[in-house]
Amino acid sequence: MNIIFLLIGCSLVLAVGFLIAFIWTVKSGQMEDDYTPSIRMLFDDKPPATDKDELVSK
Amino acid sequence: MSKTAIAAKVSCFHCGDKIASSPILFDEKSFCCQGCQGVYELLSHSNLCDYYAISDNPGLAQKNPVSKVKFAYLEDEEIQKQLIDFKDQKISRIAFHVPTMHCSSCIWLLESLYKIDKGIGHCRVDFLKKQLSISFNHHETSLRKIVELLSSLGYEPTLSLSHLEETKKVSNNNQLLYQVGVAGFCFGNIMLISFPEYFGLDSLSHKTFSRLFGYLNMGLALPVFLYSAQSYFKSAYQSLRKGIINIDFPLALGILVMFFRSSYEVISHSGIGFFDTLAGLVFFLLIGKWVQQRTFDTLSFERDYKSYFPVAVAVLKEGKEQTVPVTKLKVGDRMLIRNQEIIPADAILLNGEAKIDFSFVTGESLPVDKVLGEMIYAGGRQTSAAIELEVCKPVSQSYLTQLWNSEHFTKDRESQIITFQSVVSRYFTFALLGIAITSAIFWLLFDPSRSLAAFTAVLIIACPCALALSSPFALGNALRMFGRAKFYLKSPEVIEQMAKTNHMVFDKTGTITNAAQATISFIGADLTKEENEAIFTIANNSVHPLSKKIASYLDLHNIGNAGLSNFKELTGKGVSAQFGKSEVRLGSANFLSISSFEPNADVLASYVGVSINGDYKGFFKISHAYREGLKEVIDSLALNRELSLLSGDNNAEEARLKAFFPKDSTLLFQQSPSEKLLYINQLKENGQQVVMIGDGLNDAGALKAANIGISVTEDTANFSPSSDVIMDAMVFNQLPKFFQYAKDTVKVIRMSFVVSLLYNLVGLSFAVTGTMSPIVAAILMPLSSISVISFTTAATWLYARKRSLVL
Repeated sequence: MNIIFLLIGCSLVLAVGFLIAFIWTVKSGQMEDDYTPSIRMLFDDKPPATDKDELVSK
Repeated sequence: MSKTAIAAKVSCFHCGDKIASSPILFDEKSFCCQGCQGVYELLSHSNLCDYYAISDNPGLAQKNPVSKVKFAYLEDEEIQKQLIDFKDQKISRIAFHVPTMHCSSCIWLLESLYKIDKGIGHCRVDFLKKQLSISFNHHETSLRKIVELLSSLGYEPTLSLSHLEETKKVSNNNQLLYQVGVAGFCFGNIMLISFPEYFGLDSLSHKTFSRLFGYLNMGLALPVFLYSAQSYFKSAYQSLRKGIINIDFPLALGILVMFFRSSYEVISHSGIGFFDTLAGLVFFLLIGKWVQQRTFDTLSFERDYKSYFPVAVAVLKEGKEQTVPVTKLKVGDRMLIRNQEIIPADAILLNGEAKIDFSFVTGESLPVDKVLGEMIYAGGRQTSAAIELEVCKPVSQSYLTQLWNSEHFTKDRESQIITFQSVVSRYFTFALLGIAITSAIFWLLFDPSRSLAAFTAVLIIACPCALALSSPFALGNALRMFGRAKFYLKSPEVIEQMAKTNHMVFDKTGTITNAAQATISFIGADLTKEENEAIFTIANNSVHPLSKKIASYLDLHNIGNAGLSNFKELTGKGVSAQFGKSEVRLGSANFLSISSFEPNADVLASYVGVSINGDYKGFFKISHAYREGLKEVIDSLALNRELSLLSGDNNAEEARLKAFFPKDSTLLFQQSPSEKLLYINQLKENGQQVVMIGDGLNDAGALKAANIGISVTEDTANFSPSSDVIMDAMVFNQLPKFFQYAKDTVKVIRMSFVVSLLYNLVGLSFAVTGTMSPIVAAILMPLSSISVISFTTAATWLYARKRSLVL
């Protein structure tokens, strides 16, 4: 049963890791704007050279 | 398909507006105006045409080009210093508020600005806050150039006096997020470690595990107790010092007792304590707090005249035009105010034709003509060609500003709100302490060993967690439902206050009427140029509001009063005069001695007939732009509250408005801003709970004095005076529903209070016996919290559907 000491230690270390990750996200401002990034990720950096007029006239 | 249908479909490639006259063709695309075409040209030149591919017709109409000199003031070092957040040798950083951004194309374009101006480094949009942060190299470009670029694209940033004086707010929201994170982390781990104990694992293995788990739990509970829960201790302490008992007092007491009893149990090896309940309690409470704090960041509820005034104004110095920050305007400066610009300081008219629109300041719906040498108060908007004025008072001492600095604006109102929760929690705390002490005394008499256990158990189990959660969740959820219906509340507490109100005061101009929508048309025979001129001159000379409207509708060049004679104005009937050779009569059907103008006369419109030389020519129909559904709104609101109307305008519409309002309502006209405020205060002194609905600066005092101030606005991005609620004018007809929903929400809170009290009773029945096991608390606390959260969320949503606020 002594393995339980090790397991508990592991689980705590893992959980502390997640806590640190959470604090980091708050610090880096990820919790401030939860809308714009969801749109920003859909923009292509270099759009394919399709006919833009066709896209618009839809 | 017919030709006309195709023609009607031609819309501007840039802004999507229908093209009325002939379109401007450029690059095989049609544009409605030079402005739109210009933007397209600029974008296509910089290879940014994807703008048009992301959303359909994302552009903003460019029909009113921005004057070149408008942003010259941004060259001023002093102003730059106040606007720019950060500046070093090379890079400057600034955040703009850009109210016109509205779609994903906007985000894309604003974040691609660096492709147009090479001096711009990095652009970041926060769409919900409508904020654009730009860093730029100030050697290659300038603040003025960037603002001009933004304005030329249709994204003019808001730059007003208040932005200059505002100190950047530091959000304390992050602190709460950290607290929630820490509490959640500890809660999860403590639960995990406590589970074996509940399933009786310790009987299978030896005691070391149970001791280790106990100490681990204690270690994990420490950050919750010391860090996450600290706001409850602070709040309880502060209110105790003021002699008030709020809901935080029993919560803090519960947390304190829980922590020390559990620590004692662990250290004395007599049990594992209530650490899981403690961490769960704090975690749920903090989530409730977070829900309540999520309000509308984009809207500003605390605006004053400073956000209405421009940042700078053109001043003539030795014949040359210079831009001067408004704060630096001195007495004696000669200002140049162009069409549609706001006069920032009390001044004397020196030159030009002043037609000042004071609707926002005084509530008068028609522009006022001012003659040379006359004093013009700050806040008016010039609606004609440019004028020159001499400043006679600095901005901070103008009439309008003085009103703002009066004591009514500075007094704190937050403390007046008495919530249902605060009333209940007072009784609850006394009952709780009573039960705890009684059970302690009872066991002291019969079995002293159980006395302390029973006392602490009562305080732990009856910790009003669910009670404390019902208000934040019900109100927070209702706030979002209101928001979806375009009714934006400053804070959740406003809902409870709304439910209590019993007197509603309306402003007229801009609130129940929409001046921009007033339509006027002439129906009858075609009039010759001379006849039009005759009507215009006579109408222009009459003081009646309808005549003024007709004159502005005809909009002819003022040809002077030559040729006008025999001018007679009969109150309530009409005007007659001789103009040139013709004798003209303007007025009611009776005055023109005809039976009626239209067979089915529109009750909401006014008619003015015209007869020239005794021949009836036709009539002007002036439809009053009352908001849609006004009659229904007033009828429905009048069912359970009193109504009043305060108008800054004259009483020309009194008779028509009387038809709308119930007989016992008070209708007052020509009310100055301070008279409005006095009226509200009078009602409050008579014990009424007052709602004020207004839109302009002239209502600002009344809005602030009332228990609830609602400001109506056509565009929530525009200026609105400080208030508790900002309402989109579109949803005016839903006003009664909003008040019903506020009452529903209060009902939901009461119901959920009953639910949480039931849980407390069940828990208490265990606790008073002094034999409460930690597992009972560990089950009861999350169960009651979650059931209260789900009940309030579901109930507020169902009521919102019932009132059709959401689909």
